[in-house]
Amino acid sequence: MEDDKGEKLLVSKIRDGTVIDHIPAGKALLVLRILNIRGSEGFRVAIVMNADSTRMGRKDIVKLENFYPKFDDITKIALVAPTATINTIRDYEVVQKGQVEVPKLIEGILRCPNPTCISRKSGEPVTSKFILVSRQPLRLRCYYCGSELTEDDVSKQLTGE
Amino acid sequence: MPWQGRDVVDIRDFSREDLEILFEAADRMLDELESGNVKKRLEGKLISLAFFEPSTRTRTSFEAAAKRLGAETIVFTAEEAMSVAKGESFADTIRMLDSYSDLIVVRHRYEGAALLAAEIARAPVINGGDGRQHHPTQAMLDLYTVRRLFSTIDGLNYLILGDLRYSRTVSSLLYALSLFRPVSVMLSSPSELRLRDEVRADLEARGLKLREVSIEEGLREADVIYVTRIQRERFPDPSEYEKVKGSYKVTRKLLETYAKRSAKVLHPLPRVDELTPDVDGTEFQAYFLQARLGVPLRMALLTLVLGGDA
Ligand SMILES: [Zn+2]
Repeated sequence: MEDDKGEKLLVSKIRDGTVIDHIPAGKALLVLRILNIRGSEGFRVAIVMNADSTRMGRKDIVKLENFYPKFDDITKIALVAPTATINTIRDYEVVQKGQVEVPKLIEGILRCPNPTCISRKSGEPVTSKFILVSRQPLRLRCYYCGSELTEDDVSKQLTGE
Repeated sequence: MPWQGRDVVDIRDFSREDLEILFEAADRMLDELESGNVKKRLEGKLISLAFFEPSTRTRTSFEAAAKRLGAETIVFTAEEAMSVAKGESFADTIRMLDSYSDLIVVRHRYEGAALLAAEIARAPVINGGDGRQHHPTQAMLDLYTVRRLFSTIDGLNYLILGDLRYSRTVSSLLYALSLFRPVSVMLSSPSELRLRDEVRADLEARGLKLREVSIEEGLREADVIYVTRIQRERFPDPSEYEKVKGSYKVTRKLLETYAKRSAKVLHPLPRVDELTPDVDGTEFQAYFLQARLGVPLRMALLTLVLGGDA
């Protein structure tokens, strides 16, 4: 959180929870959607959009009180906001900080676009597997049938559009 | 990579050297078949032929190959997949076959089925065709036929004609060709049936140069004319099939007008109407030889994978 000073005016610090920083500007709402956070969960959520960033020019920040993303959540964040950093907060202090990264193999989170892919066959105990072909632009390839997913396909799938 | 114990799922897993070992073994099998004295290399082996999608040609070719070598076969067909194993998953059926087979040949209409079977099974898996993706043994057979006809695979002009979009034999053949040094690889198809972009990009990344041509232009240059039927069963929308049905036809007259005298026509068979029967009696016809070579080629493949004396 290199430039937290400016935001203090906008949003107060959280006591315990997670700050997702360095989200590409304009993608904070997308990040909330893929985490399935709608605001009705009861915990405090703060969103800062188009904040100044020395590294990125503009960025978004999401603060989530008493929410800690799981492993799959972090993969999902990496897929739509590859520059994001995740800060774990305990008693107002950052106790853990990490940059998200799209793993080379993504299991289970995404669905193959090909209806006759074996990973889509009903009643089959098979988990989808995607191999990372390129990070920028994002391209993933189905391990089973070779069909590809773009960044756009991935965002659509993760938000259920 | 050694052949023994290897899964044969995707032609891209094989090198030129692997294929040459296979072709040399197939030559020996062919000699033995012709002399009527085939060594029972696979006596005591049990081979399962799991054909979830019907295919008389590929199945009987594998079955004949296995039996010539003295192996026993268990044939599991689409009808059995429907009735005997009602409600059973593909994965469980593979596990069942794996528990008593030394090798499993799988054919399925879902892409990636053979890869999944190979993950599950302890026994080696040979892909007898999965969806519109791979048909490695057909590609091996196609190039083996070219090698028998021309004594080489390099240095020739290839024309691939027809349904390049849904035909798995075409993509597998093109991948196999990328291991060799053809002079040219020409593609001719109705625009709706052009090669899929991802396949094309992958082939070009492997250094295979592809050129789109008209049938006539392609025929003038080609040494190998590879004709495929329209893969009706793989069209997502039947009305799309109606649009392209009968859109190309290779006839004796067309060949006599444009093709080189020494050119040979290959076809993975069965055919519908894209290759007329009047070609059968000409010097161009090589598809019956191609079909016949399926047995020695698959004998070599089974022997190599099962570690027999090839
Ligand atoms: Zn797939």
